[in-house]
Amino acid sequence: MRSPGGRPGELLAGALVVFRREIRDQLRDWRILVPIILLTLFFPLLMNFTASQAVQFVGRYGAPIIGERLIPFLLMVVGFFPISVSLVIALESFAGERERLSLEPLLATPLTDSQLYLGKMLASLAPPLAASYLGICVYLIGLSLQVGWHPPLVLLTQVILLTTAQAVVMVSGAVVVSLQTTSVRAANLLASFIIIPVSQLIIGESMIMFWGRYAVLWWIVLALLVLAGVLARMGLHLFNREEILGREIDILNLRSAWRFFWQAFRGDARNPLEWYRGLFRSTLPRIRAPLVIMAGALVAAYVIGQGLASDYRLPARLLTYGRAEAGVLEQLQSTGLLSGRGWLLVLGNNLRAMALAALLGGFSFGVVAVVLLMAPIGIIGYFAGNVGLAGQDVVRFLLALVAPHAVLEVPAAILGGAAILQLGLAVVSPPKGRTLGQNWLFALAEWARISFGLVLPLLAGAAALEVFVTPRLAILLLTGS
Amino acid sequence: MDLILAQDLTKEFDTLTAVEAVSLCVGAGEILVLLGPNGAGKTTTIRMLASILRPTRGRVVVAGYDTEIDPVGVRRSVGLLTEHHGLYTRMRAREYLRFFGQAYGLPPALIRSRVNELGNRYGLGDDLDRRLGEFSKGMRQKLVLVRALLHDPPVLLLDEPTSAMDPASARLVREGIRKLRSANRAIVVCTHNLTEAELLADRIAIIHRGRIVAHGTPLELKNALLGDPIMELRVACPLDGAARHLPKGLEILVSGPDWMRYRATLPQEVNPRVLRAMAEAGIPVITLSEVGRSLEDVYLQVVEMEEAAEGTGL
Repeated sequence: MRSPGGRPGELLAGALVVFRREIRDQLRDWRILVPIILLTLFFPLLMNFTASQAVQFVGRYGAPIIGERLIPFLLMVVGFFPISVSLVIALESFAGERERLSLEPLLATPLTDSQLYLGKMLASLAPPLAASYLGICVYLIGLSLQVGWHPPLVLLTQVILLTTAQAVVMVSGAVVVSLQTTSVRAANLLASFIIIPVSQLIIGESMIMFWGRYAVLWWIVLALLVLAGVLARMGLHLFNREEILGREIDILNLRSAWRFFWQAFRGDARNPLEWYRGLFRSTLPRIRAPLVIMAGALVAAYVIGQGLASDYRLPARLLTYGRAEAGVLEQLQSTGLLSGRGWLLVLGNNLRAMALAALLGGFSFGVVAVVLLMAPIGIIGYFAGNVGLAGQDVVRFLLALVAPHAVLEVPAAILGGAAILQLGLAVVSPPKGRTLGQNWLFALAEWARISFGLVLPLLAGAAALEVFVTPRLAILLLTGS
Repeated sequence: MDLILAQDLTKEFDTLTAVEAVSLCVGAGEILVLLGPNGAGKTTTIRMLASILRPTRGRVVVAGYDTEIDPVGVRRSVGLLTEHHGLYTRMRAREYLRFFGQAYGLPPALIRSRVNELGNRYGLGDDLDRRLGEFSKGMRQKLVLVRALLHDPPVLLLDEPTSAMDPASARLVREGIRKLRSANRAIVVCTHNLTEAELLADRIAIIHRGRIVAHGTPLELKNALLGDPIMELRVACPLDGAARHLPKGLEILVSGPDWMRYRATLPQEVNPRVLRAMAEAGIPVITLSEVGRSLEDVYLQVVEMEEAAEGTGL
């Protein structure tokens, strides 16, 4: 008897057993076949008709550019519509099989979790993608015959890659969604988390295509492939026998969740001193990798900002150090910003930025949070670059305007950003023995520990320095007054 | 040789402990029946034995494979009949079995011969080319049994094997299970059907709220929980005057004009003496037989004792 194992050949062999069964099953289901056939054969013909009519119509009014842009846009639409079916197939394949209780016999076979996952993923992707490629062919043949249009090879490659990447994202997302539920109904409800962002993406792609900036599509392809990779990794981690059979009810147990969170937040501490000791001894070492990533990202932001200075130069006269006008400090004080109110204002602004980063990071695997926190450092790098290009002393600029409060603010950004990154990534790969929900709650508790224990005091200190020290030092160092 | 060895098996789901400190062993050629109500932890135990759920604590070794070290080896050695059929209704039976044969890594020729052989043995020979959606519940149950046997596993885990079957089919399947025992397999049967448990079991483990609360052969369980066997004597004329002939110390539980019931610690010794006494008294004996004590009595007794113990906080 062969034993399906972990080697690539064996992985594929086992996956193909599942793949063949799923495909055979799909080809017997009219609910899947009819939309695919319609979207493959009739829809492209309809788009052909639309395209040729539109080209003729706008041509009559001397606006051929609209027709030119419409044709590639419709090419993308023709490719996208059939792959939308992949979402339904994936939900049916994972949540449906679980609901019909046909998954357990499959889980009892020697097929590994990866083989089952890969087989089902490929089976969810193959028919819609085949239909999509066929639809694109039908559309292109029709266009060639009707208006003699042939797509540039780059554009065709972009559309095919976009279509494929979108399908992989939708299917991987559907798997993740399906594994959080026990019924197709619940999975369909959760699928809006996939449908809405993908719809937004299609709108964005359409705008880019009508705008004619096709090069931007490469970045979208890259972003989709990264996202597909993350989601596939997440699905692979979640698709395991333990998770599937262990989750038989969908009840949200808030009390149990709170208990878990509180235990993780408090740790075994009996007093604030022990709590702080735990924060330094266990929490910070656990987020070592995100801390390094975050620090690296901030350095990269500074370098990128500095690099942009040569492309977008500021007038040198604006960057010359000179004498300060008499009474500038008094003028600043009269605004009320160099007072307790100013301190609250600066602290509030920084806390708002951290909260926004946490919120957006939670929905983007931490990526948006990192980008958001990189932005101010990038701006500093940009100005520093311009100061250097203007022939001024960059170190003086940094010491005067940035360093006094950055001493506390930058560590706060690194710590806060790292905690958010860990929170965002918590759903991607929960450790063995911990469910996805538990891992997210644990990361949330760690984020709260770092935010309350370190980020908040650091930001409070940084705001005080920014209000009471930096302006004075800036006037002193930059103007010599 | 024990083909199934489970030690201190515990499974916790968030706040629920589904199985707690379950230990059991099943040798080749033996049938262990896990008896318990719905929700007692039978299916979770079976899933851990089949290596599709990981125990929170404890260890399982099946056919020499440790579930923690070589779960694939365990799954290759186990035939699992799940509580729910979970069939792909658009597939034909033969196609369905072929798929599972492939999933177990069997060569095509072997799959073909096993499908035909097992299909005929369980009365599905003529239906193998029909779609599963057309199968009756009984036929589906037979099919999933065939599926579990397809790779000829040394260990069989059968969760409610005759549920939803008509009496004739249920008997056919029970006979089949008995034959499988004689083929030196270790078999665990989960059921809440007491008659089935009594008909199949070499040993019974009664599981209640995740814990094994009684364990032994049916006779051992009856003796331990219901006391020594009770015998009933029926005679052809009144028993008056027979009392002085009866063996000393015989514990008569109840009696009528021409019958009596007594408890016999060692029936093989007590019963001949009773018969001799009747002959001496000139009383013709019609029957002397053991009063049937069902597994149901045992089961109810165990559950009652457990609930009483829980009620008193023991």
